[in-house]
Amino acid sequence: MLTWYINPDDGGQAEIAKQCTEAANGEYVIEVSVLPRDASAQREQLARRLAAKDSSIDIMSLDPPFVPEMAEPGFLAPVPDDVAQRVTENVVAGALAGATWDDKLVSVPFWANTQLLWYRKSVAAAAGLDPAKAPVTWDQIMTASQDQDKYLAVQGTKAESLTVWINALVASAGGSILENPEAPADELTLGLESPAGEAAATIIGTIGKENLGGPALPTEDEGASLSIFQGDKGSFMVNWPFVWSATKAGVEDGTFEQALLDDVGWALYPQVTEGQPSAPPYGGINLGIGAFSNYVDLSYKAAECIVTPEHQAQYFATNGNPPSNTEAYDDPAVTEAFPMADVIRESLELAVPRPQTPYYNEVSTGLQQTWHPPSAVDPATTPTESTDLITAVLRGEQLL
Amino acid sequence: MTTVADKRPDLRDAAAKAGRSDRARSEARLGWLLAGPAFIVMLAVTLYPILQAFYDSLFNFRLTAPDDRSFTGLNNYAVVLSDPLFWQALGVTVFITVVTVVIELLLGFALALVMHRAITQLRGLLRTAILVPYGIITVVSAFAWFYAFDINSGYVNHWFAWVPGISTDLNWFAQQGTSLFVIIMSEIWKTTPFISLLLLAGLSQVPTELEEAAEVDGATWWQRLTRVVLPNMKAAIMVAVLFRALDAFRIFDNVFIMTNGANGTEVLSLLAYRTSIGRLEIGLGSAISVLLFLCVILICWVAVKLFKVDLAGGARGAG
Repeated sequence: MLTWYINPDDGGQAEIAKQCTEAANGEYVIEVSVLPRDASAQREQLARRLAAKDSSIDIMSLDPPFVPEMAEPGFLAPVPDDVAQRVTENVVAGALAGATWDDKLVSVPFWANTQLLWYRKSVAAAAGLDPAKAPVTWDQIMTASQDQDKYLAVQGTKAESLTVWINALVASAGGSILENPEAPADELTLGLESPAGEAAATIIGTIGKENLGGPALPTEDEGASLSIFQGDKGSFMVNWPFVWSATKAGVEDGTFEQALLDDVGWALYPQVTEGQPSAPPYGGINLGIGAFSNYVDLSYKAAECIVTPEHQAQYFATNGNPPSNTEAYDDPAVTEAFPMADVIRESLELAVPRPQTPYYNEVSTGLQQTWHPPSAVDPATTPTESTDLITAVLRGEQLL
Repeated sequence: MTTVADKRPDLRDAAAKAGRSDRARSEARLGWLLAGPAFIVMLAVTLYPILQAFYDSLFNFRLTAPDDRSFTGLNNYAVVLSDPLFWQALGVTVFITVVTVVIELLLGFALALVMHRAITQLRGLLRTAILVPYGIITVVSAFAWFYAFDINSGYVNHWFAWVPGISTDLNWFAQQGTSLFVIIMSEIWKTTPFISLLLLAGLSQVPTELEEAAEVDGATWWQRLTRVVLPNMKAAIMVAVLFRALDAFRIFDNVFIMTNGANGTEVLSLLAYRTSIGRLEIGLGSAISVLLFLCVILICWVAVKLFKVDLAGGARGAG
């Protein structure tokens, strides 16, 4: 009997667990146990249990930013070489990076998420932009939404989604939040006091100060962004692919007109500097095997069953979570449910994970403390402030 | 209840010290036998965690790095007490406590008076109606208030758009003042029934003869209230203020749900939670918890001194 701790979804993981149990012919039975909805709450629960050497954790669905924190103290059972080789075949670059710590694969890539630029075709056309044809820049969509008197839908709330945005902007400008993410806490150096950090602060600060995101911006999460995008003021939005299935479901149950769905376009994440490819956000779920599990070998066997391209394709088509395996994108069910599957795959190849450090929580919370609200972000001071705060916190000199 | 059981034999015990009879002695023993098990359970579930938290607070200890645990003495306290974030959180916590307790006391007293004077047939219905908010789980009420004021899905902005300063573009949770307003309103809505119930119990303890005598002597309504009723329910007021102040000082749910500490709404419990549970820094988090505990003790001490009521004596009088 294996217990798989899963993040809440639309039942897709439970279905895969059932199929793998059947395929195992009695060798193992996978039972799912649901974790809290919030990614940081999932991490808290798993970290606390693993610190207490909980042997009931066999397989767990892990958010990639927290993989190093679990891997560093040895909470994850080492991946056997043959398994590592099999589960990394045809896996997109972003997902591989997110499953790795200290140059070793420590978790099994399952599904991979990325943000796209979603736009209302009517607004983009009125502003003379065609993001599907040629990549657009942040400056262009900011000007366009302002000229059209619409709101830009971005995630300005003080939460993980803000870190996702900051990281994508810094990485798209060619920088990185942490210069040496694998260093111990007191030796970590931040890369925010740089042209890339300033460019990111300029974009967020301008959107905040000039009210380009509307009054909801300081509390806007992914769901709120979607509501704004679907509303009268919708123009451009950066968000995960769930927005497509959610809008489609809204049309099916009569909340929205078909015209809204027809008006939605998609493209790669906006660029910070024209001509320099963007570094879209990377998310998703990896499977970690608990180091204190009594059935490590069986758990890896089960994990391999869970992440087969067929299961990934099925999960994408039914639950809207994109595969990390490129093979799964060829499945006809995928292209039918997500006409933008190709763009997602391309985006995943460009995607850059958030800083891979065991101190991710400190870095992320430190960024949220200093880069919120967006209207207070100033390229001259914010990068320095956040660098000072995070450095002091990591040295144990300041609270967070 | 425990106080009555605990203290009664103690007091008798003290009074009988001069010449202890067999009866007094066996009564004292019975008292210990009755209260002892509860006392031991209390020690196990409160004293032990408190001592453990204090012990942990002397270490630099991160849950995900158990091997790097090192003794740092009072360094964690130095870090906490020299950090402006701690003082800001303390300030916000005190502000919320004072505002909610004062408003709830006035409002609760008014409600208690209404319930006390209401005609008998209405009394039960009235009490139930007033108690409903208190029966709602805090997290649920926090979400209800959050969604009511939320800029995207809330109805408050639409209903009250005619009020100057409120419009459909007002984001309540984007500034400190408006965020605190909603948090405090939600607290008041939820816990005023508790205070009014305690005060109602106090009101019914005031002997009607005293009030009638004062009325015969020509005292006005206000004089009867301030000279007769209030002094006679001092113990009840103190219990209400003390319990609510301690409760309000440990506020967590509303802030956690509505702002999660954004825009300068961080409170001490949330800071302790984020440090111990979020960052898994057990040492630093324990230091904050110990300081929070000391604040709570201080509140108890101030309340007892301020009201000059012996809680055990008061409880005895009420019982």
